[in-house]
Formats: sequence, C-alpha cells, structure tokens
Amino acid sequence: MQILVTVKEVGQLGDEVVIEDGEIAESALEYDLNEWDEYALESAVQLSEAYDDVEVVTATIGPERSDETIRMALAKGADRAVRIWDDALTADGAGDETPADGLLDTRVRVELLSAIVEREEPDLVLSGVQSADAAFASTGVALAEEIDDAWAAVVNDLEVDPDAGTASVHRELEGGIEELTDVPLPAVLTIQTGINEPRYASLRGIRQAQSKELTVLDLDDLGIGTDAVTGALETTALYEPETTSDATIWEGDAESTAGELAAFLRDSGVIEG
Amino acid sequence: MSDVLAVAEHRRGDLRPISHELITAGRELADATGGELHVAVISGDVEAFADSLNREGVDAIHTITDGEEFNHDLTVESLDALWSALDASYLVAPNSVNGLDYVPAIAQRLDLPLVTDAIGLSLEDGLEVTRERYGSKVETTVAVADDAGAVVSVRDGEWPPAEGVGDATVESFDPGVDESAIHSTVTGFQEVGAGDVDISEADFVVSIGRGIEEEENLELIERLVDATGATLAASRPVVDNEWLPKNRQVGQSGKTVTPDIYIAIGISGAVQHVAGMKGAETIVAINTDPDAPIFDIADYGIVGDLFEVVPALIEEFGGETA
Repeated sequence: MQILVTVKEVGQLGDEVVIEDGEIAESALEYDLNEWDEYALESAVQLSEAYDDVEVVTATIGPERSDETIRMALAKGADRAVRIWDDALTADGAGDETPADGLLDTRVRVELLSAIVEREEPDLVLSGVQSADAAFASTGVALAEEIDDAWAAVVNDLEVDPDAGTASVHRELEGGIEELTDVPLPAVLTIQTGINEPRYASLRGIRQAQSKELTVLDLDDLGIGTDAVTGALETTALYEPETTSDATIWEGDAESTAGELAAFLRDSGVIEG
Repeated sequence: MSDVLAVAEHRRGDLRPISHELITAGRELADATGGELHVAVISGDVEAFADSLNREGVDAIHTITDGEEFNHDLTVESLDALWSALDASYLVAPNSVNGLDYVPAIAQRLDLPLVTDAIGLSLEDGLEVTRERYGSKVETTVAVADDAGAVVSVRDGEWPPAEGVGDATVESFDPGVDESAIHSTVTGFQEVGAGDVDISEADFVVSIGRGIEEEENLELIERLVDATGATLAASRPVVDNEWLPKNRQVGQSGKTVTPDIYIAIGISGAVQHVAGMKGAETIVAINTDPDAPIFDIADYGIVGDLFEVVPALIEEFGGETA
C-alpha cells in the first residue's frame, strides 16, 4: 500500500504582524510544517508501522526553502518525498521566491498534485484539513474529485482495512457530534488536529532523513503548461483587522490586576468569600 | 445579470442557522446584478425545510428528495445536475464541516474558482471576497477574475438570517443520480464529550488555552479552579494535546457555554473558540498579546503573563500557592 501525504510549509505569524507592500513581511514569518499536515503525516506513519509493505511518500508544492520542512517529515518516518516547484509558480514568474497568488486558486494546486498522484498511484492520500496560512481548507476534497477517488473531510478517527480496501472514519462535525463513515480505497482523507499525537523526530530519524530520496519536479517534468497554473484569484488587499475592543482593561502589575479581578468576581456573586 | 444558487444545510431533521444566513448573503450578490436567488435543499424532510427557507428575497427553491442525511457524493451530483438546469453564476454554500466535505468538489467539478470562509462579499467590477488568514490575525480581499462565476463558502454568523415570508416557487428537482456515483456510506452518528461534567451547565467557567504551554502547568489552573469554585474548560489545542478530555472543550467542535462569567486564560480567541463562548454574560480575558482577538469580545481584560496573574489571583482567594 502506498500513502501519499501532502506536506505544506507555512509561514507562522508571531504576535507582531508586519505588513510591507500589501504582504506580510518575510521577517515576521517563521516557516514550519503546517500543523494539520503534521497530524496527517503521523496517521500515515502509524499505518506504515501497523501494516507490512506500506510506503509513505510526501508531496509538497513549494520553493527550495521547503526542503528543511520536508526533511523533518522524512525524519518523522516518511520514506521519500516529492517536491514540485517552478519559476512559473513564483510571483514574477522568474524565480522570485514569493509564491504567486495563482496558488490561492485550488484548481492550480489540484493540477499539480494530481500529476503526482498519476505518477505514484497511491491507495490513500492524507492531507491536513487546512493550511495555517491561507486556510482555504479545499485542496484534499478538490483533489479527490479531480482524480476520481472517494473522500472524507475533517477526519478525527481513522481505521484502514487494507485487505477489504476500506477506510472507516469519524468526521468531526460541529457541536461535539461525529459522523461515522465508510469510504472505499483509493481515497483522499483530510485530517483534523487531535486525531493522534504527532511524534518528535528522533536523532536517528534526522540522520536517516538526510539520505532519503527527495525528488524535485518542475512543470516540464509533470507535463503541465504554464497556462494551467495561472489562477483566477488575486489578493487585492491585506491588512490587520480593526480591533473593536471595548473591554475595560485593568492596568498595573500582576498583584493589582489580580486584585481588580478578584474584587469583580466577589461583587458578581459567583464566588463566596 | 447573474443568478445565485445558495445551498441550505440541515442535520438530523433541523435546518442549521447558516441556511438562513446564506439567503442574506446570496441575496446581496443577486441584488448587485439584478439576478435571482435560488435555494437548493437536498435530502430529509425537504417540504418542511422549503417552508422555512421561503423567506424574503428568495425567488425559487429546488427540493431534492433523495436521501435522509447529508452525503457529499449525492450533494455534488445533485448540485452538478441542478447547476446545468439553471443559469446561475455564483454558488454560495456554508463553510461548515459538511461544507468542507462537498464545496471544494463541486467547485472542481464545475471548473469554477473557489473562495472559502468569506466574511464579506462585494460585486462591483467583479466579485471580491473578504476573508481572514493566519488564524484571524490578517484580513484580505480576494478578487475573482473569472467571468464564468465562482463558488463561495460563507462563514457562519457573519450575515444576519433572512426574515419574513417570501413568495418563492418551490419545485422538486430530480437530479437523476446514479447509485454508482455514491461512494461513501454514513453508518451513524456519535455524541462525544460525555463525561464527569457538563461545562455547558456551569455558571462560572475558567478556560485555558495554548498559553499554558506545558501539561504540567495545568496544575496552576486547577488550583485557581479549586480556590474559586469555577468549572474548568479549555480551547482546542489543550484538548488536542490530550491534556484535558474532550468534554472540557469550548468551541465550534466542542461545547457551547453560556455562563455568567467566563475567564479566558491564554486563549487568543480564534473564531472557532468564540463560537462556543460568545453567549457568556461577562467575558474576562487574560493574555500577553494586547492585539489578541479575544479582547474584541471581552468585557474586562488583563494584558499580562498568566504565570504571574494567576498565582496572584489564587492568593486573593486564599488558595494553595505553590
């Protein structure tokens, strides 16, 4: 069985938001493996430990910078990696490393990932529910539609029966309700945080990751023309939302603010004493 | 002139509130071009749903009687067929968990651009969608350059529900879905989060988030809870880490709480969390980040380090200081 895991490197924002020329300043971002993909990867690695002959392959759309994140995924147990990048995917189409807004268009990501699926023919594709940056939450399900796989979105419990060729999943609905669904393989599942406990990479894993195969492909390799990666979406503005806080802020050191809160709680009658 | 198709959502016999909000959002788009607003409702008691969906601004309701509960394959096939029968440009749908399960697929099927989780829409020289990035820290507008139209999913609670009684035509639509197109099978539902305590019943809730950093630090919050008699709750990251059980989780996928006082400690206030606690009478936030969205809905706030404020608070109530 082969499991393909989509792995995205995302920029994480700290407390400070710095916006320059309508984009988040590079200096305000720390790059890391997308949190949701981390859970998807762990699900895949656990399956490879539970069953014989399971190969875990990661698929990434991203510039060379992503290799560090991909190596981390390999260190956590993926067997090999594929990364797609091309100058045509950058903002200026000439290799500037800022990804183009074309990638906001789900159809562009699906075009690229479906080419990987065609090459690898996985039995199962695991994808994080969403990315932490753009948060479209659309890639996995749109990919499933494109490649004619079955699918399930927002999975927080997963059992795979490779012999029967089925996945039994729980989908985490709103309000503490889970939907129990059976999906035939091949399938694409989008994985929710909390489904498992993602492991840390071991030193041995990190060492081994260095020698694992990481294949880099461009549009030519995939037989995709540049027209197919021109999206219909464009970010026209990016700004910090107006804060609408009208909270009363208690000022002062910890003792005095705690004192204010304590007095408030006593007055409110929720506490005795 | 562009027609709009809005897709209603229901679960276990009830329309979900987003359905009526979508009518408002869809009407906005239709008004911008003088188009019509169509509403689709698929599976279950579609007659009753259609009655409830027939509000001001709806021109036509299409009922599809196949199935009882949501199934994404049936939904995609039905919408595909209905879309061919109509002459609409925009499909608006809920950015709900079930929305995530079919909206990207129908957009891909129709080869239309997709923008998800909209919090604002404008249609002047073309469609422009307002949405958030980076967990609500940044807002963006996304322009859609496609004359063929677009698929937009809409965040709940952002548009007021449509009201009044409409005079929409209600027509049954047979999408002619072949059984072989249905791949996934829903075998049941399960309530999670039962357990020792029902936080939704509590009058006084102390809730802890990512700011607690480590599992062993929870003990600090437990001492606060002991000293004050509050009920302990948490935001998603704490439960994802299994530091507290699922029945303590407040938010969209957890419980909705409506206490007299809710103290959010080390919780940034992401929209998914706020969905579960905005009904609290009084909200107090303790957070190091003065720009954290939690302060937008808080009545009182302390901008400070929980590891300093909470011990001082425990001392105020004569609790055990470490």
